[in-house]
Amino acid sequence: MSGANLFGICGAALVGLGLYGLITNPEPLRKILAFNLLGTGVFLIFGLISRRAAAAGFPGDPVPQAMVITAIVVAFAATALAVALVLRLLEQTGRATLGADNPVSEIGNP
Amino acid sequence: MPDATTSGGILLVFAIVFPVAGVLLSLVVGGRQVERIALIILPCNLILASAIFFDLWRSGSQLIYIVGGWQPPLGITLRADGLSAAMMVTTAVVICAVGVFAHADFDTRAQPFETRAPFVFWVLLMAIGCAMNMIFLGGDLFTLYVALELLTFAAVPLVCLDGRAETIQAALRYLLFALLGSILYLAGTALLYGSYATLDIVLLSQRLRVETATLVAAVLMTVGLFAKTALFPLHIWLPPAHAGAPASASAVLSAIVVKGSFFLVVRLWFGVMPGLLGFTGAQLVGGLGAGAIIFGSVVALRQKRLKLLIAYSTVAQIGYLFLMFPLAFDSVSSQLQSSGALTGGMLLAMSHATAKAAMFMAAGLIYAALGHDRIAELGGAARAIPMTVFAFAIGGVCLIGLPPSGGFLAKWLLLDAAIATGQWSWAMVLLVGGLFTAGYVFIVVAGALGSPHEPLKLRVAVPKYQEAAALTLALLSLLLGFVALGPIDVLQVRPGAMMAALR
Repeated sequence: MSGANLFGICGAALVGLGLYGLITNPEPLRKILAFNLLGTGVFLIFGLISRRAAAAGFPGDPVPQAMVITAIVVAFAATALAVALVLRLLEQTGRATLGADNPVSEIGNP
Repeated sequence: MPDATTSGGILLVFAIVFPVAGVLLSLVVGGRQVERIALIILPCNLILASAIFFDLWRSGSQLIYIVGGWQPPLGITLRADGLSAAMMVTTAVVICAVGVFAHADFDTRAQPFETRAPFVFWVLLMAIGCAMNMIFLGGDLFTLYVALELLTFAAVPLVCLDGRAETIQAALRYLLFALLGSILYLAGTALLYGSYATLDIVLLSQRLRVETATLVAAVLMTVGLFAKTALFPLHIWLPPAHAGAPASASAVLSAIVVKGSFFLVVRLWFGVMPGLLGFTGAQLVGGLGAGAIIFGSVVALRQKRLKLLIAYSTVAQIGYLFLMFPLAFDSVSSQLQSSGALTGGMLLAMSHATAKAAMFMAAGLIYAALGHDRIAELGGAARAIPMTVFAFAIGGVCLIGLPPSGGFLAKWLLLDAAIATGQWSWAMVLLVGGLFTAGYVFIVVAGALGSPHEPLKLRVAVPKYQEAAALTLALLSLLLGFVALGPIDVLQVRPGAMMAALR
């Protein structure tokens, strides 16, 4: 198996795992971790595309690399924001869940 | 022939740089001056958007700015066509009105010291203005990804400004949906870059071939954007988030923020890959829209709280926006046509933006005045705060689609397209949805016009300028129908139209 294929399969597997975790897991922290797995998978695919799209004589196409750096920064910031929200929720209620035990009718009371 | 920077192109850069400068300046000078900065930046934003709009209207061709003189595929292009200019003006108007309205709740000079919520509110309002402009002007899919993320990061904290546990939970759920949406969008851009070595919208639309990787990318990006737009059945984050936020924040979120990802869906399908959706795909998107209309309206009718009713009405109205996909589909060329249906859909987005912002503002005022927003106990509100209830009713008229409102003209165009293409079922959906809308608007207005069970005591006197802000937006949505007399031609200014003329 070539290196490119290995990266592709790893990326796809990470995307699958992350997507599964993000959809099925009710815990916010685990959802955030799953989002990071999913993101890592997509970043790997960017790396693979950088390799594949390389012109003759270059080891890699720099454009996807520039994009993936931006995407990593964005994902990092998003994770920080999500974790901050989870911590704040934990501080206020003593637990951090997204369950439906909070009836929606309670919301909307500014 | 490569594009070149046009004469008014520098305006596009200003439209993005100005709000960013406002945000950065706010962080430097500190909390108490922020409102003043916002009250300078937001009108400037409106003036810039209007300048771009009139330039486009006069010249009839799009504005282009090539950033740094680097041509695509490597460089980034900013483009303003008719759709973006019209949406920019609408967004700027709504944000300005929200700025006026929010002074009462988020006065940064009310306290002798810096307070968190007002500071954050004004900074985020400017950030939303910037992100929306970037979404409207961005000419390549990766710039649009960054703009989309900027919009998410500006919108999520607005949900939980007051810091109550329910709103934090709503914000967290919103953030997780938005993150899923943007990572799917990013995966799609990766695949498109892998296939075509460019993300520039115009270049992509010329190079596009129908193949598996493109289809997968399109599906990933579309589903991601649907999650961010809260299209049924990915809507569950929206009602708690929009209903729990303070009134000024709800108005921005419901009127503006969901339109950002909706605009990207339009860009993607009408601009990049009009031939890829196919008959089945267009019907499927329309079906989701119809589902949203029916589901959102029925649930809205059953709500006991005014803000939740308006939030579910947003779910339903988002459904309307997606009805234009089957209606714009031309079976002969099997392409999405940038025709009357697209104009109708975009006009609907604009009239919904103004009307919904007015309705959320009115709901906030009703809540402030009565101390609650239970629909069953609204009696006497029309007598106590007539301007507010009038603004709500006018907004409702626009959502229902009565003449001469923008909603009427938009639905007329959509109905026209439905009849012209012989798709009667979508015409039925449009009409039935209008009936539902009339139902839930009537429940609220009739309740407010009724007499109270006990003499009504207002908790606070509602400031006149807040009522005026809500009423102005409502009247704008009502008068939007008159764009048929002139400016609606601007919506036809498109890159595609220009290329056709060049051939």
